Amino acid sequence: MTVPTTDVGADDRPWVDGNALAGPLGEIIGADLTVAELTCAGCRMTRPLAAMRVFDRAPGLVARCPGCENVVMRLVRTADRALVDLRGSLVVSIPLPIT
Amino acid sequence: MARAAVPGGLTWQPATVAATRAETATARTLVLDVDGWTGHVPGQHVDVRLSAPDGYMAHRSYSISSAPGPDRLEVTVQAVIDGEVSPHLVEVAEPGDHLEIRGPLGGWFVRRPADPRPALLIGGGSGVAPLMSMVRAATTPTRLLYSTRSPSDALFTADLATAQATGDTPVAVTHVYTRVVPSGWPAPPRRLDADILARVAWPRDADVVAFVCGPTGFVETVADLLVDIGYNPSNIRTERFGPTGG
Repeated sequence: MTVPTTDVGADDRPWVDGNALAGPLGEIIGADLTVAELTCAGCRMTRPLAAMRVFDRAPGLVARCPGCENVVMRLVRTADRALVDLRGSLVVSIPLPIT
Repeated sequence: MARAAVPGGLTWQPATVAATRAETATARTLVLDVDGWTGHVPGQHVDVRLSAPDGYMAHRSYSISSAPGPDRLEVTVQAVIDGEVSPHLVEVAEPGDHLEIRGPLGGWFVRRPADPRPALLIGGGSGVAPLMSMVRAATTPTRLLYSTRSPSDALFTADLATAQATGDTPVAVTHVYTRVVPSGWPAPPRRLDADILARVAWPRDADVVAFVCGPTGFVETVADLLVDIGYNPSNIRTERFGPTGG
């Protein structure tokens, strides 16, 4: 058994949760999308991005539905581009401030 | 790998290590000075980036453990064996060192000051770090249930005792030890279970918000227990960091 040790996003865990996408998405979009709700194309459950499982030790970031493990978002940075693949999400619902 | 910032996007800011404070044998709090830092909401985190002389960079996320304040924040880091960033922050970094941060980050696992509800905070291991920020900034009745393997693994022991004794807002702290208990402790080591939760949690009809942070197995278990005792899943906010138990 490995020792549970770190804080969100730190070192050598197989996955973290969607809270850890705040920085990478904020960098390219400028808004906090962890509060956005995604409807999984696999099981149709709707959850905040913060509640998804994020695999972050690869060249890209992969967010999976915690219920059915369908990939709901992929984020890849290249030298001059960011690719956001949302085909696994039927709807992305983004909260807006009430004006 | 230097990258241009996206206009309007979040950018890296220089931060200086102002002080360090040992929390346990393997965890340390870093006090960071950041020019123009405007504060955070308890529960938020920052990404910390280290750069090597050859240009290699690595970054990780760490919860902010201090109460909100201008120009300064604290992150509490647990060293991970063979980790890339945490061993440097825990064992090597010293006052005067420069690093980069971006944040504050995350609007979901946050305890907003305007929220009038009492807060039930449940932490496993170093998952107590963002909850400590919530304790330090508490303005409504707050109960913290903190599970660690042993007293020597527990973070913020003195700070939690102080918060309990002297804060303006009632903060109640309950410790659970899973492997080793303090001498004179009235119970043997045990895992956090429904009995303890029922003792600490407000009754189901109270309008309470719960924050659970820790290893994945811990968070899943606690969230399920909370639902079992009647908490509405929409009032349970979670932050997980991996599938290990503890």
